[in-house]
Amino acid sequence: MRTLLELDGVAARYGPVQALRDVSLVVREGEIVAVLGANGAGKTTTLRAISGTVSWSGAIELDGKQLRGGPERSARAGIAHVPEGRGTFVELTVTENLKLGAYTRRDRSVKADVARIAEYFPWMVERGGQRAGTLSGGEQQMLALGRALMGRPRLLLLDEPSLGLAPMIVREFFRIVRELNEKEGLTVLVVEQDARIALNASRRAYVLEVGRVALTGTSDELRGDESVRRSYLGY
Amino acid sequence: MLIVAAFADFMQQVVSGLAAGGVYALLALALVIIHRSTGVINFAQGEMATLSTYIAWNLTVNHGWSYWPAFVATLAISFVGGVGIHRVVIRPVERGNVLRIVIVTIGLLVGINGFVIWKWGGEPQQLQSPFGTNTYDVGGVVIAANDIGTIAVALAIVVLLWALFQFTKVGLALRAAAVNPEEARLVGVRVTWMLALGWGLAALLGAVAGMLTAPAVGLDPNMMAPVLIYAFAAAILGGIDSPLGAVVGGLVLGVLLNMLSYLSQYGAFDWFTEELRLPTALLIILVVLLVRPQGIFGRPEMKRV
Amino acid sequence: MSPRPQRTIGFVAFAAFVAVVAVLPSFMSDFKAREYSYVGIYLIALLGLNILTGYTGQISLGHGAFMAIGGYTTAILMVGNEQFGGPISGGVKDLWTLPIAGLVAGLFGLAFGLPALRLSGLYLALATFAVAVAMPSTVKRFEQFSGGGSGIQLFGTPELTGSSANVHVLGRSLTPNDWMYYLAWSIALVLFAVAWLVLRGRTGRAFRAVRDSETAAVSSGVSLARYKTLAFGISAAYAGVAGGLFAIASAFVNPDTFPIALSIYLLVGIVVGGLGGLSGLVFGAIFIAFLPLWAQGQDLGSLLPDRIVQETQKPGGPAIAYGVVLILLMFVLPNGVGGLFRRIGQLVFGRRRYSRPD
Repeated sequence: MRTLLELDGVAARYGPVQALRDVSLVVREGEIVAVLGANGAGKTTTLRAISGTVSWSGAIELDGKQLRGGPERSARAGIAHVPEGRGTFVELTVTENLKLGAYTRRDRSVKADVARIAEYFPWMVERGGQRAGTLSGGEQQMLALGRALMGRPRLLLLDEPSLGLAPMIVREFFRIVRELNEKEGLTVLVVEQDARIALNASRRAYVLEVGRVALTGTSDELRGDESVRRSYLGY
Repeated sequence: MLIVAAFADFMQQVVSGLAAGGVYALLALALVIIHRSTGVINFAQGEMATLSTYIAWNLTVNHGWSYWPAFVATLAISFVGGVGIHRVVIRPVERGNVLRIVIVTIGLLVGINGFVIWKWGGEPQQLQSPFGTNTYDVGGVVIAANDIGTIAVALAIVVLLWALFQFTKVGLALRAAAVNPEEARLVGVRVTWMLALGWGLAALLGAVAGMLTAPAVGLDPNMMAPVLIYAFAAAILGGIDSPLGAVVGGLVLGVLLNMLSYLSQYGAFDWFTEELRLPTALLIILVVLLVRPQGIFGRPEMKRV
Repeated sequence: MSPRPQRTIGFVAFAAFVAVVAVLPSFMSDFKAREYSYVGIYLIALLGLNILTGYTGQISLGHGAFMAIGGYTTAILMVGNEQFGGPISGGVKDLWTLPIAGLVAGLFGLAFGLPALRLSGLYLALATFAVAVAMPSTVKRFEQFSGGGSGIQLFGTPELTGSSANVHVLGRSLTPNDWMYYLAWSIALVLFAVAWLVLRGRTGRAFRAVRDSETAAVSSGVSLARYKTLAFGISAAYAGVAGGLFAIASAFVNPDTFPIALSIYLLVGIVVGGLGGLSGLVFGAIFIAFLPLWAQGQDLGSLLPDRIVQETQKPGGPAIAYGVVLILLMFVLPNGVGGLFRRIGQLVFGRRRYSRPD
């Protein structure tokens, strides 16, 4: 499998706080990779560096090409970032949210894609005119995912999708993500606090600690190693 | 007979109130678009409109253009001007201190006003109304063609703008950039350009407002100053972040002021003179700000202290 | 550098400044002294506005209205409004009207400050703007009090003012313009000292707490309502005194004496001068008083080619220059000239231990 995304020695800071010191990781096409770690380890910042929302140093390559510039650039390059807190446009309707997901696309099959999304989320078509702010947390998370898919991204970045959601909904969400990965080959990099569910869904994982990669391996390995689970993953 | 005459009189005032209100609505809409997207209260909106109107006048009088081509050209020039002003002057100070932004817009106000005087002089000029001076008699009610034309143009512009926002990709992007710039960037919207576009649209709206005002009151450098105040009142009344509020507020204000004028001939309202129009608008601003700052259609801002 | 020697430097600088102010009229024409007395008047208004905007962070585009209140109070007390059918007979000496002008304006400031608590930032700016625009028409409306459109003349009351004949003070004879200069500046310096004392103490700290973070202020027990309203009242009082002096200096008041442009210039003066220190405020006062004249190329005439001077002297040219200068200043010196002075001071004297309002 080809390498789709590569981070090499990436560092990033918020003012005086060094959030990432030296992060190197690889995501291959068609994989689901998890990034785990405690609060403040730098997981969210890693995603922000990839999508260009925070300034970083080091090297980030998408498909062999250097990623530069702000979020608008990376969106055009095919990266869909579902941020922490979902990032739905609460004042706009469900359909409008979906349409915005396809903003960077110039081809004409946008309408067809709405139908495609409907396969996974039929309610989004039925309730297309509903204001996104009136949706439940779980529905907004699904909407954020649907919006990301509308852009036909090459890489999907998910930032703590389980935050604030009931376990049943989280399971359903990850089920859909796995289905998308299996059926359509969607490459996913998911940051999660809930290590258990992330390891269940992913093939490989990285564990961050204080802005560095402390540990990496296949999800099976990490899941199976009890000492790793206890020290790094909290269960 | 008296009642019919009174009714006719009343309707005349309503129609001309709607015409005046249409102009206020356009300028108020400009203020709202700018405030919603960039968080700035553009004190220079009136002067920008005045400049646009002078450009239109210059094209028709000094260069012999006929009205409607000049109208369209002015809209285009104003749009570009608005985008330019945002990119050059506003963007660097947008995010900072409120005071800085206020002073910058005041600098624009003074500078543009000065420019108009410097280039074309301070004497009043005439801009012909494209609708002529005819009046029509509709069932005893005398309606000026100019008023109808004004209402029609204002309505058309508002509807076109609404359509732009609701049905086009650009309009969607504009709305997204205004309500949630960070998320809009993530889907690839070039937010800074969207904000500049907002300023361009506002300048365009101002240009229309100016061109509709000039035939009636005469074109001079300070022509839009009172209109700006009325526009502020309309925007605050309707809700400074609500486009619908701006339009409704403008129309309500226009009709209300004309109603007061109409009623001033009767005992209870005879204290209302023409000079009190402006102070009434100012009073509305104060009262709304103090009683319900978010206006009729706005949502209350949560201040947690 | 510790605070103690720094404060000494501050005192020395202030003393030097007072000395300069005291002897300046000897070096300039009589007419120039009158111009500089207006600088002193604007300085008083800016001192007040500084307390409101620099210290509690409330923006006012309406302080010209408070000056108007002060100015009219002075005029009415001096000349009376019986001629218009009003109740006051006048006859109060000019100096004594000033505290009353300040008090009346201050009361209006308190009255406005209370409801203004609900407004912040741009909304407050807009509300004060509305008040300032409405002031001339409102004044005109209350003809019996204010003399309506023609205003109140203060000429011909030589027994009440020094403005038509030489004044004898401390054994010296001062021309009316010099008298005005010293009157304005001595009041300005006294009021500066008052402000300095107030701001050093608990009140000043409370003000700064409100400006820096309302949430933090409340949780430390600072009553937002009390201090924000108080700031409004004090700043209005200062503006009222300035307005009274303005009336005396101009020898008349009418609705156009205090237009919206004045309120705008005051805010501009504060921002250009820089919130906080005296040096900035003095610069701001000079800016308000003189830039319109400078922009007309009066002093630049020799520096620029004739063609440019000609163009800028056409009507409207100065305004363009004014607008451009304002915008450029906001880009280059966001903390105003006072901020620049402070930075230079820091470079020369070393950083202060405690932070200054910026």
